Amino acid sequence: MEKISPRLGGGEILFRMVLFTICALIFLMVAYPLYFIIIASVSDSTLVSTGKVLLFPKGTSLFGYGEIFKDERIWTGYRNTLFYTSVGTLVNLLFTLPAAYVLSRKEFKARKYIMFAFVFTMFFNGGLIPTYLLMKDLHLTNTPWVFIVPFSVNVFYLIIARTFFESTLPPELYEAAAIDGCSHFVYFVKVALPLSKALISVIGLYYLVGHWNDFFTALIYIRDNELKPLQIILRDILLSNQVFASGAGTGGDSGGYAQKYADQIKYGVIIVSTLPILVLYPFLQKYFEKGVMIGSIKG
Amino acid sequence: MRSVMKLGAVKRDYQLWLMILPALATIFIFNYIPMYGVQLAFRDYDFSKGLTGGEWKGLFYFQQFIESYLFSDLMRNTFFISLATIIIGFPAPIILALVLNQIRRKSFKNVMQTTVYLPHFISVIVLVGMLNVLLSPETGIVGHLMKAIGLGHINLLASSNTFIPTYVISDIWQHCGWNSIIYLAALSSVDPQLYDSSKIDGASRWQTIRYIDFPALMPTIVILFILSMGGILSTGFEKIFLMQNALNLPVSEVIATYVYKMGIVSNQFSYASAIGLFNTIINFIFLYTMNTISRRVSDTSLF
Repeated sequence: MEKISPRLGGGEILFRMVLFTICALIFLMVAYPLYFIIIASVSDSTLVSTGKVLLFPKGTSLFGYGEIFKDERIWTGYRNTLFYTSVGTLVNLLFTLPAAYVLSRKEFKARKYIMFAFVFTMFFNGGLIPTYLLMKDLHLTNTPWVFIVPFSVNVFYLIIARTFFESTLPPELYEAAAIDGCSHFVYFVKVALPLSKALISVIGLYYLVGHWNDFFTALIYIRDNELKPLQIILRDILLSNQVFASGAGTGGDSGGYAQKYADQIKYGVIIVSTLPILVLYPFLQKYFEKGVMIGSIKG
Repeated sequence: MRSVMKLGAVKRDYQLWLMILPALATIFIFNYIPMYGVQLAFRDYDFSKGLTGGEWKGLFYFQQFIESYLFSDLMRNTFFISLATIIIGFPAPIILALVLNQIRRKSFKNVMQTTVYLPHFISVIVLVGMLNVLLSPETGIVGHLMKAIGLGHINLLASSNTFIPTYVISDIWQHCGWNSIIYLAALSSVDPQLYDSSKIDGASRWQTIRYIDFPALMPTIVILFILSMGGILSTGFEKIFLMQNALNLPVSEVIATYVYKMGIVSNQFSYASAIGLFNTIINFIFLYTMNTISRRVSDTSLF
């Protein structure tokens, strides 16, 4: 590209300057709040709350993290969320990928009707209350299963996976395998899946993030404290201001002390709860565009 | 020979059915059975007889909702919030994609993309928690900034004037980058020869954006616009619910949060189902209308 236009006209220079300025602004607007949370979580909370901490941490203190690690609620929430996320994502993939493979097979006669039945659910649903009453009737409320079994197939991801199988698995490949006596089971496990690592990563990540960040399910269906996922605990801490397990922090005698440290704990909790996603993110980032492109071929 | 082939086909098909069975079963149980349960909107809920055993009430609960004093507020709030999100939020990722697409240095583009996608993965709770601490008028960094430039002591989250702007802008901050991926993908499929020949014709970079990039995005824009109009009355429940407080409730109570409060909190199952169904039907009408208009005008449509 650069080689074709060796001369830089005035217009091109102006364009580059404007472009760079816009990009720098966008970068700062997105990155700075995230960066600020990080430095605020390790800074002295008085300096943070008076606006003295702007670019670098000041009065470094790990008090917030210390309190977080002492908090039983966060550990329970973490353990629950890890369980719901890992088992949930596994079930998601086990249900979605074979179904997507089947729907990608042209010789499967019912595929048009089944596809329609699936897509219909994207535009019409029974709504919250009938769904809630169904879960109650099935005795799924207040059990870990409610995070794992219902809605284990996301139709949007199913379409992405089906389109991927259609476009990456040449029909001749299956014909050749079938002549050698290869069944659909074997073909799916031994041929289709190994060729779909990019797809599995993308969809797996979507499902995983969905489970990790899900708080709606627990809000509606879970009452038992022992089953609450991390996001519900986060709501108590970040939004209902129940920062300390003992119940301080909502005012009273210890109010001054508590409020001073409450914010630091909040900054720390944000980091601790988002860390696993942030660790995974760079590894999977390269697949994002691929994933969207796969899905948008035939939508 | 034929019968052998046929037998083989049946055997293969049985495997296919087996592979699709789990997905079929969950979709049927958790998506279609609740659709059958929608009739609750027309019935009383009878705790002993279950979902479909109560007395038939026809449109009673719909009427109750439409005549309720909250009806106009709920409709207005829901409509305003989603309309503001669409009008301001919809063009943002398009512009971002056009900007990112102009970056020539691969490494710079990568850094930008990695950064702008990131907020999408933050949970709603964490996002609203961030808003709470950053926007706090006494201790938040935005509060200090506003004092410094003379805007005074405003709590952005607890005022009915600032609720919608705060909601929309934070939404753009979180999802604009992610939503731009689909446009970037569309831009990457533009034939490079088009750029080469425009360069030979002496087109400036502005002109390439205006006459090549933007038209290339048009079909994607139309489809996504129809889809977003279909959700005109379905503001996301979670973020609004979490951002609600006593002070901003007059503008922040929307249909979805009201359904939750009526149904799950106060156990008025029939009334809440009726409101939910009312919402779904209006969304569907919007989607259908937009789709028809678009098919007439631009030949691009969902169905």
